[in-house]
Amino acid sequence: MELHGQKPTRHGFGDGLVDLGEKHDNVVVLGGDITGSVLTSLFQSRWPERFFSIGIAEQNATTIAAGLALSGKIPFFASYGAFCAFRNADQLRISVCYNEANVKIGGGHAGISVGPDGATHQVLEEMSFLRTLPHMTLLVPCDYTEARKATVAMGEMVGPAYIRFGRSPVPHFTTPDTPFEIGKAQVFRDGNDVALVACGAMVWEAMLAAEELAKSGIQARVINAPSIKPFDHATIAQAARDCGCIVTAEEHQVHAGLGGAVAESTAKNAPVPIEFVGVKDTFGGSGEPEELMEKFGLTWREIVASARVAMQRRDHGSTGVRAIKDVPTYA
Amino acid sequence: MMNAEAPTSSANTLLDFNTTTFENKRQTPAELAEIAKEIRRDIIRMLERAGSGHSGGPLGSADIFAALYFGGVMRYNPADMHWAGRDRFVLSAGHMVPVLYATLANAGCYPKAEMATLRKYGTRLQGHPGRDMGLPGIETSSGSLGQGISIAVGMAMADKLVDHNDRRVFSLTGDGELQEGSVWEAAMCASHYKLDNFCWIIDNNDCQIDGRVPDVLNVYPIEEKCASFGFDTIVVDGHDPADLVRGFDHFIKNHTSGSGKPTCIVARTFMGHGVSYMNDKFEWHGKPPTHEQAIVALEELA
Repeated sequence: MELHGQKPTRHGFGDGLVDLGEKHDNVVVLGGDITGSVLTSLFQSRWPERFFSIGIAEQNATTIAAGLALSGKIPFFASYGAFCAFRNADQLRISVCYNEANVKIGGGHAGISVGPDGATHQVLEEMSFLRTLPHMTLLVPCDYTEARKATVAMGEMVGPAYIRFGRSPVPHFTTPDTPFEIGKAQVFRDGNDVALVACGAMVWEAMLAAEELAKSGIQARVINAPSIKPFDHATIAQAARDCGCIVTAEEHQVHAGLGGAVAESTAKNAPVPIEFVGVKDTFGGSGEPEELMEKFGLTWREIVASARVAMQRRDHGSTGVRAIKDVPTYA
Repeated sequence: MMNAEAPTSSANTLLDFNTTTFENKRQTPAELAEIAKEIRRDIIRMLERAGSGHSGGPLGSADIFAALYFGGVMRYNPADMHWAGRDRFVLSAGHMVPVLYATLANAGCYPKAEMATLRKYGTRLQGHPGRDMGLPGIETSSGSLGQGISIAVGMAMADKLVDHNDRRVFSLTGDGELQEGSVWEAAMCASHYKLDNFCWIIDNNDCQIDGRVPDVLNVYPIEEKCASFGFDTIVVDGHDPADLVRGFDHFIKNHTSGSGKPTCIVARTFMGHGVSYMNDKFEWHGKPPTHEQAIVALEELA
C-alpha cells in the first residue's frame, strides 16, 4: 500500500453522501448547524429540497430522523460525535434502535486529532456505547476512500448505522479497488509474528509499525477493522491462532472500543495475549493534532513497543498466565 | 406474533372482554361517550389482569381517543393499519398505552381477547409500545418521554416536504412530559417547517407521578407557550366529545386550508376520570386497580 497524500476522512463522508444522493432519491440529510464542518453542505448544495436544517438540537434531529425513516426515507444526520452519540444517546437507543429505524448517523470530529478545540470536542468514548446498542452498525473507516465507500454502504444497508470520522487530514492510502464490506476486516499486510488490529487513522500507524518491526525480522500482520459492529470474528480468530498475540490500536479509550471487541472475540475463540494502544482512561486537551497523537501515545512507536510486549508475554508467559496455570481447576 | 396465552377468564363477568367493535364514522357525542366508557372498561379489565401498569392517564384520556378514532377524525383502515393512505398517530406518552390498546381493539384492529395478554411474556401488548411486536396501529416504540413528538414531526416532514401527500400526523404528549426539553425542540421545528399537517394533543390532567405538575416543575402557561412557538393553539374540554371533535375539526380546517401553522389542542382532563375513587388523584398515575377495586370501577362504568 502506498501513500497518496493526506486527506480528512470527513471529506470521504461528504463525498459519499453525494454518491448516495445521485443513486437514491429517498436519501435525505438533516443539518445540525455545523454542516460545513461535517461536509453535509456538499449534499445540501446539490439537493437543497432534500436537506433540512434542524438547528442545534441533536436530540430532536435524531428522533426526527427516526420519523423520516419510518416514512420510507433514508435520513442521514451528522454532527460532532460528542453531540450525535451522547447528547442523543436515549434517542438512539429508543427511537432509532428499538424502532429498528433506518437512520444513519455521521459522527465527526472523532478522536484526539480534533486538536485545538480540546477535550469537550474530542470524543473518545462513543464506540463503547454504540457497540452495545442492539441493531446498530458501527463503522470506523481508515482513510478518505474507505470513508466514502463506508458511507455508501451504510446508506444502502437497511437498519441503524453510525460512521465515525475525523477532522484533520490523515494518510490516504486505500484505493477504489481495496475491498470494503460491512462485517469484514481486511489483512493489509501479511505476517505471522504478531497481529496489529487497528481502525481509523491508527491503521496507517500500524502499517508504519509493521515496517519498523520488519527491520528486526518481525513479520507483523496488519488488519484493518473498519466494521466494529458487526465484527469479523473469523479474521481476528485466524490472526490470533497464526500469530499468538495481538496489538489493538484505536483513537478511542482503550476500554470497550475496538480493543474490547477483539478481547471479547478472542477470549471466546482463541485466547492470546493482547496489548491495547489507545487513550488510557483520560480526557484529551488542546494542542496540534500530531502533537496530541504523540502525547497520548497514538503513534506507530507505541504500537511497536506494544508488539514487543505482546510477543514477550506470548513467549514467556505473563505472571497472570502463570498464576492461572498454578491454581487448581474447580468443577 | 402472539405467543402469550390469554389467562382464563375471571369469575366476575364484568371483568371479561367482549367482542363489540365500533365504526370510525362521525359518531354522535352520545355515541362517543359510550365508546369512551367501553374503552375505560377495557383499560380496567386489562390492568386488573396485568397486575401492573398505569391507570390514571389512560382513563383520563379515553374521551380524546374516542373522538380521534371514532369521530371521523383520523383516516385509517382497521383491517389494514399499514394502508398507505392512513393518518398516523404517535403516542409520545408511552406509559399511557393501555388506552391506545383498548382503542385499537374496539376499532377492530386486533382481537379484543388479546387485551388479556397486556404485559405478559411474548405479548404484542408490551408495557410500553414496542413496534417490533407488530401490533396493528402501533406506529412507533415509545416510553422515554419527549421523543414521540419528534418522531411525529419527522413523519409530518416526510409527508409535507418530501412526499407532498395529504396525510395528517397526530401525537399526544402528557403535560408533565412538557418538562422534557426536546419537546420544545420538536415544537420549534414543527412551526419552522410550517407543518399544518401536524396536530399536537396535550393531555392536560395536571398530574404526574410525584404530584401536581406545578409542584413538581411548573409548565404553565401551556397555551401561551405553544402559541409563542407558532402553534395554532386551542383549549378543549377533554371530557366533552363535542368539544374534542370541534378541536380536531379546527385542525383539519387548518390543514385543508393550507394555513402553514401546526395545531396544538390542549385537552383539559382529570386523571382517572370515570372512576370516582381515582378521579384527579395523581396517586393513580402508575398503579393498577386490585380485583375488588376493579369491580367497583366496572360497576361505576356500567
